[in-house]
Amino acid sequence: MTAIPALAVEDLSVEFRTRSGVVKVLEHVGFSVDKGETVALVGESGSGKSVTAFAVMGILDAAGKVTSGRAMFGGSDLLALSERDLAEQRGRELSMIFQNPRTALNPIRRVGRQIADVLVRHGGATRNDAPQAAIAMLKKVRIPDPERRAEAYPFELSGGMCQRIMIAIALACRPALLIADEPTTGLDVTTQAVIMDLIGELAGESGMATIFITHDLALAAEYCDRIVVMHAGHIVEAAPGRALFDHARHPYSAKLLAATPGETVSLEALASIPGGLPDLRRPDLPPCRYSGRCERRTEACDQPLPQRIVGDHHVVACWNPL
Amino acid sequence: MSEPLSVSTPGPLLDIAELAKRFTVGGKQGLLARATSFRKPVAPLPQLYAVDEVSFTIARGETVGLVGESGCGKSTLVRLINRLLDPTSGSIRLAGTELADFKARAFAANPHRARIQMVFQDAGDSLNPRYTAADAIADPIRRLKKMPGAALAARVEALADMTGLPRELLSRFPHQLSGGQKARVGIARAIAVEPELLILDEPTAALDVSVQVVILQLLQQLKRELGMSYLFVSHDLNVVRLLCDRVLVMYLGKIVEQGPAAEVFADPRHPYTKALISAIPQADPAQRAGRLRLGGEPRSPIDPDPTVCRFYGRCPKGTPRCAEEMPILHPAGSARQVACHFAT
Ligand SMILES: Nc1ncnc2c1ncn2[C@@H]1O[C@H](COP(=O)(O)OP(=O)(O)OP(=O)(O)O)[C@@H](O)[C@H]1O
Ligand SMILES: Nc1ncnc2c1ncn2[C@@H]1O[C@H](COP(=O)(O)OP(=O)(O)O)[C@@H](O)[C@H]1O
Ligand code: SF4
Ligand code: SF4
Ligand SMILES: [Mg+2]
Ligand SMILES: [Mg+2]
Repeated sequence: MTAIPALAVEDLSVEFRTRSGVVKVLEHVGFSVDKGETVALVGESGSGKSVTAFAVMGILDAAGKVTSGRAMFGGSDLLALSERDLAEQRGRELSMIFQNPRTALNPIRRVGRQIADVLVRHGGATRNDAPQAAIAMLKKVRIPDPERRAEAYPFELSGGMCQRIMIAIALACRPALLIADEPTTGLDVTTQAVIMDLIGELAGESGMATIFITHDLALAAEYCDRIVVMHAGHIVEAAPGRALFDHARHPYSAKLLAATPGETVSLEALASIPGGLPDLRRPDLPPCRYSGRCERRTEACDQPLPQRIVGDHHVVACWNPL
Repeated sequence: MSEPLSVSTPGPLLDIAELAKRFTVGGKQGLLARATSFRKPVAPLPQLYAVDEVSFTIARGETVGLVGESGCGKSTLVRLINRLLDPTSGSIRLAGTELADFKARAFAANPHRARIQMVFQDAGDSLNPRYTAADAIADPIRRLKKMPGAALAARVEALADMTGLPRELLSRFPHQLSGGQKARVGIARAIAVEPELLILDEPTAALDVSVQVVILQLLQQLKRELGMSYLFVSHDLNVVRLLCDRVLVMYLGKIVEQGPAAEVFADPRHPYTKALISAIPQADPAQRAGRLRLGGEPRSPIDPDPTVCRFYGRCPKGTPRCAEEMPILHPAGSARQVACHFAT
């Protein structure tokens, strides 16, 4: 493909300093998202999905440090921008939906006002037309009776409604890049479909590129162009959703799929993934961070990991792929 | 407090009848206008019908799933049953005892408190950050049952074993535990006082698939061992299908369909249930064929018209009759009920 990536993350490594040592949370992470494309980031909790998002947005907490890499976006490296330039871009071009919607909303401001605030600050709306535009956004995320619900405070709304308010805020200014961290986790599947269609619409109309972080592999396969599988701070496999479901090549991807309820007939038929993530503080981490849990491990696995192209847009980092 | 509260009565464990919760909305201005304009008669403040005259039962040992659109009233309903919220009207009978009359504020000290316990969506947020895992698990026992120190410590260890929480983690604080470990603490503390009914509000939503499997299998095993009933709220319909005996489908404050989970998933009767099941994400494009997408505007939960079907306007089937007469929940087959004029 010749599409120009909207975002290209290259060789991103991030460390956190903690009292008990340095944690190598991301290592050589690289992927790109084209204009109008939606790329899913999946993997167990702790695998580094949120840290990847925070690094790209320039909002890692003070203990975190980018030790290598670039994140090219619109001709500049987001990781090298000054705090001021980045803050400017964040408002206008970059938008993020956070994992904890309730804590990200202002509890003492009516939700309609909160959306209007963003539209005035970054969306070029005036104080006069912002309230109407805010109501239109509430309608788009399927809040019933948007005129009256705009007057509600967050505590008066259900968990999923707060989540939709956050989504409305993030999409209000038509960002060029959206990072959505598990945005639909608390939503029922019909509302989820509305949100996914809305993201798809913006992708089609304005070329918005989206990084979509989720635990739900079927959701990722249905709505995203590609799925990037992370494990312990590495990208282990990247593939179009259908290809991943049909033939996952990395042993870890296969285990993730086997743990997904999908069409299974009983709970017993589901299998959790044996072992846990390795301790990322260890100075002698093996090249393959899955090797401690892997059934296919051989001597070759002690060598630095290969990047094997196994299909169209399908890459796996493993010595003995399935 | 030693008289048995839970003599095995015949009939359902939980019997909910015409339970309703309405919230007054309209903000401070509304209230102020009302308070100051005592001379003029004022229109009543708008009421939001969060739970609207809902009736259902749960048998002993039964697992009932509660599903429905975001904002339809699931959390409000479980908070009413768990007596964290006072109903506007209706009845909540637990093994024959009416609980609706007890005030939510005083219920924490009520001896019946132990009989219904709840596992919250975000195990992390619902644990006190200053309590160790052991304190968190011991807390409900301390408050609701008298137990000497040594017996309490042994009980906490037994609960950790039962829920698969390694004992060495008992001295840790929530921020030192993983999501799955926090979920185990949340379950251990909920079953600590041997409830008859365990309410779970999206207990695995924050967990990844691998941990979710372990927690779901744990719940199934505990149910077998302890004979509890579950009311299980979830958006993951595949999980509901695998875990639940029966399922209740809610739409805008009302139950619109209920029946054995396997039957409802295989053959949904209410148009909303059909749309819900058809929206389950599918990796395989062939499975998405003939999918229903709901258009139209959802109706307002504020002062809804009592003569109009709540789904009217979005329902692909809606007819003029639906705007004149509210459908009631009626039998559809042996163990099923549905609230639609055209569903049988
Ligand atoms: N304290 C409150 N004041 C006013 N309205 C409220 C209050 N709490 C809940 N509501 C309203 O009651 C309705 C039902 O909310 P509830 O939290 O029960 O939904 P839910 O089914 O649990 O949704 P979700 O799946 O999004 O968690 C919503 O319209 C909500 O805005
Ligand atoms: N502020 C921090 N200090 C130390 N470690 C952190 C911090 N934030 C995240 N981590 C670690 O980084 C890893 C990846 O975390 P995260 O990106 O949040 O995972 P995910 O979003 O995939 O669940 C985890 O091991 C986590 O413990
Ligand atoms: S590189 Fe080796 S140890 Fe790692 S996943 Fe592949 S087979 Fe397993
Ligand atoms: S009663 Fe009418 S509007 Fe309501 S669900 Fe049935 S067909 Fe649809
Ligand atoms: Mg995360
Ligand atoms: Mg809820």
